[in-house]
Amino acid sequence: MGKMDSQPNNAVINLHNVFMAFAKPSGELLPVLADIDVSLRKGEILGLLGRSGAGKSTLLRIAGGLIKPTSGDVTYQGAPLSGPAEGIAVVFQTFALFPWLTVLENVEVGLDALGLTRDETRRRALSAIDLIGLDGFQSAYPRELSGGMRQRVGFARANVTDPTVLLMDEPFSALDVLTAETLRTEFIDLWIEHKLPTKSVFLVTHNIEEAVFMCDRIMVLSSNPGRIAAEIPVSLPHPRNRLDATFHEMVEEVYSMLTSRSIASIGAHGQVHGGLMQPLPRVSVNQISGLIETLLAPPYAGHAGLANIAGSLILEVDDLFPIAEALHILEFAELKEGTLKLTAAGRMFAQSSTEERKRLFNEHLLRFVPLAAHICHVLNEREGHIAPRVRFEAELEDHLSRRDAEKTLRTVTDWGRYAELYGYDDKSRRFTTIRAPE
Amino acid sequence: MEHHAEVLRGGVWHQRIPSWRDLIVTVLVLAIMILIGVGTRQMVAPLMVAQQPAISLSPKVLPLYALRTTMRMLVALAASLIFTFTYATPAAKSRRAEMVLLPLLDVLQSVPILGYLSFTVVFFVSLFPHSVLGMELAAIFAIFTSQAWNMAFSFYQALRTIPRDLDEASRSFRHSGWQRFWRLEVPFAMPGLIWNMMMSMSGGWFFVVASEAISVGNVQFTLPGIGSYVARAIQGRDLAAVGWAIVAMTLTIIVYDQLLFRPMVAWAEKFRFEQTAAQVVPRSWVLELFRRAKLPRLVGEPIMTGIQIAVRARLALPSVGRRLRRWSPSRGIVDVAWFGFILAAIGYGVRALVQYAGTELSWGDVAVAANNGALTLLRVAILIVLATAIWVPIGVGVGLRPKLAEKVQPVVQFLAAFPANLFFPVAVFLIVRFDLAPKIWLTPLMILGTQWYILFNVIAGASAFPTDFREAASSFRIRGWRWWRDVMLPGIFPYYVTGAITASGGAWNASIVSEAVSWGPTKLSASGLGAYIAQMTEAGDYPRIALGIVIMSVLVIAMNRLLWRPLYDFAERRTRLD
Repeated sequence: MGKMDSQPNNAVINLHNVFMAFAKPSGELLPVLADIDVSLRKGEILGLLGRSGAGKSTLLRIAGGLIKPTSGDVTYQGAPLSGPAEGIAVVFQTFALFPWLTVLENVEVGLDALGLTRDETRRRALSAIDLIGLDGFQSAYPRELSGGMRQRVGFARANVTDPTVLLMDEPFSALDVLTAETLRTEFIDLWIEHKLPTKSVFLVTHNIEEAVFMCDRIMVLSSNPGRIAAEIPVSLPHPRNRLDATFHEMVEEVYSMLTSRSIASIGAHGQVHGGLMQPLPRVSVNQISGLIETLLAPPYAGHAGLANIAGSLILEVDDLFPIAEALHILEFAELKEGTLKLTAAGRMFAQSSTEERKRLFNEHLLRFVPLAAHICHVLNEREGHIAPRVRFEAELEDHLSRRDAEKTLRTVTDWGRYAELYGYDDKSRRFTTIRAPE
Repeated sequence: MEHHAEVLRGGVWHQRIPSWRDLIVTVLVLAIMILIGVGTRQMVAPLMVAQQPAISLSPKVLPLYALRTTMRMLVALAASLIFTFTYATPAAKSRRAEMVLLPLLDVLQSVPILGYLSFTVVFFVSLFPHSVLGMELAAIFAIFTSQAWNMAFSFYQALRTIPRDLDEASRSFRHSGWQRFWRLEVPFAMPGLIWNMMMSMSGGWFFVVASEAISVGNVQFTLPGIGSYVARAIQGRDLAAVGWAIVAMTLTIIVYDQLLFRPMVAWAEKFRFEQTAAQVVPRSWVLELFRRAKLPRLVGEPIMTGIQIAVRARLALPSVGRRLRRWSPSRGIVDVAWFGFILAAIGYGVRALVQYAGTELSWGDVAVAANNGALTLLRVAILIVLATAIWVPIGVGVGLRPKLAEKVQPVVQFLAAFPANLFFPVAVFLIVRFDLAPKIWLTPLMILGTQWYILFNVIAGASAFPTDFREAASSFRIRGWRWWRDVMLPGIFPYYVTGAITASGGAWNASIVSEAVSWGPTKLSASGLGAYIAQMTEAGDYPRIALGIVIMSVLVIAMNRLLWRPLYDFAERRTRLD
């Protein structure tokens, strides 16, 4: 992404060669972000799109000075950023309102650091509340408000300081679909009418449509460690129409981009250690069956675009992708260029009885999930056919983050239990064999 | 809700004519101020060492005595609060301070307070030899030590569990350390802190009563108060006076609860972090009164504004360890140096102790004290088992009937707050009267005051037990022993453990005043570690008092670590559903 260097004067926040790693309990470093070059330009809404756990939020916090990167440079208006700076405001996914303060007080909190007089503080807070449509709610406590109203307070609090940059960390993802849409539209209206003091916005999201709807530029972040995988300019004029054909094309394009990243990552993991260290998504057997059945049923008949499924099932990317991936890993379906196509086994699964489904699942689990086969193998070799969980935990943690290792292990436990491949006793935290059903 | 509505009307007061509410509020405030004034003046009155204040047994003096006892509690509570803020904050924010402060707090919490009363009394009296202040400070210190530790713990815990998003919000607003403390940390810790203050106060009554009349060696130290009134009544074998004291204490606790704690709990409701509305909103008529009356707002507005300005000032406190940490070699070296320093300090302390003990004590003394310790340990164990057998079924019975629980719970909480030592004379009188064996019949006194913690925690647990579990159990016709084993006991277990920890800790402390008692000239002793410490205190034998305290602390800590902590962890693990 070296081309951004050609317009350095235009950049408000600039991340150059940023690398971020967290220390594992063993002291080893686990990289979460690598080779990050991002610059947020004046006058744009820049989107950062990625799966959960990709490090999006970490990246946003680095840009806001809340976290210091392990290495690399972060500059804000040309000067190195060494902590939260004046002119950078953050809107949180969880709103992060102080429950013991009223709406007005919550907004005033944003001005604490500026050392204004009481009257000036009050005046500015009221005008921010006014702008964001919270008039009449000044004396309410956050717990009395709905999610949408709470996030409005979050916006008012961020805007009250007249920030140059607004960092938004999945600001709409904790809201219901309709409320989120209202808030998005209102925000964009304020933005295009230049009613906001903000010069640039950095929006982190896992919602593809939201990114296409709001952003001027979208950066796609890949996982493990997070890298900028692609940059997509969105040149559609505001206000954008979701029903527009070009809008839909754009969304599909991003979907297929994400799909190819996800398949590439599955493929890459499959190569090392015989696929043993392939992280598994936290997906239940019920979700797998559900998606297979949906795919087979009309109107899809075994073949569907992810964007369509996401739309009809009201699933966000973060919900849909893991299930699609699980189908892909187990070879019940093939994930390719933003579409999901059932395999012959997948069709058979959908039409089978419970017992047959278990048998089929058992077969596929052994064949395509090396970790499950590995657990079986260890159990068979062991005296007493018992193996402690920590054994596999340690193996996985050598290659995966703690969170991924835990997730993978829980998933493989679930799947194995369903397939009656092995049992697991949570009290003693041990895997055991179970006799094959006669 | 009321006050919201009024603010929404534009914050304008429509009438300034004082209402009946203002009248009541004024009377309340004036009365409290006068009472505080009277109490303070007496606290600094000159003390004739030769002639201690005479304690009257007339019921007429009891209100004044109750006031002075209450004053001590209040001062100690304020001191505990200051201690909490200054001790827990560095413990939570600096890793190195935490290494020292936290274990220290753990130990301090386990040391029997009544054991070292003799040391502190002598120390404080020698500081102010010509005024009652020394004695007062000693009593206040005793109460302080019964209140401060769990408050500090709760504050520490709150600071460590501040939600990440609020922390980040505060940092992104570039709050200074001072602003952050008052804007985020104190409010977040408030509900837990208030709950712990109430628990502390409940425990405090016990110690204030015990600390008002103390004799160390040949010197008798007496402070006018309910405790010394009872002590005097015991000397004079005056059962009626004991009765009056009990009545006075009861009224005091009720007034205290209504005027201070109810309003505080109701007010602290807004600091609850959960964003959902509470099912039962705590209410307080006093708080309502103050909120609705106009006068307090008139007076309170400028005060609140002042506080607001103070809280929002940017006063930069040193922000210890709040920066993002990165491991560096220099940090490692400082760690090693710090560890070395701690070890050296501990080593020096141990050496000094051993040397001192070596000249004053023999192994025989240790054996005697340890034997006594074993006896008290046995008593505590038996009492906990008995209290469990009695109160768990009753608690479950009450807890499953919401109407009943609503009525019983405040009574039980009151009983837990009531200083059980006021009842000791009654029990002792009966023992003497019917010539019962003190070794057995003094034992229940140890748990008289703290058994209620088991009961009210079990009631709370049973009330919180999910209805659908109960319905599931009854639809599968799970009854009798299986119902207890599979349904109820696992459900209330974490609550029970919380209650039992408090009850057992309290029993150890109470052993010092309950294993050796007197009724006029008659002295009863049940032997045991409590009696040992009490006797050594009376004899003024400091090395052996210290020995007794050390052994008791070791036993309490061992019990906490080996029994209660594992049980608690087990309860937490087993009852989670994820």
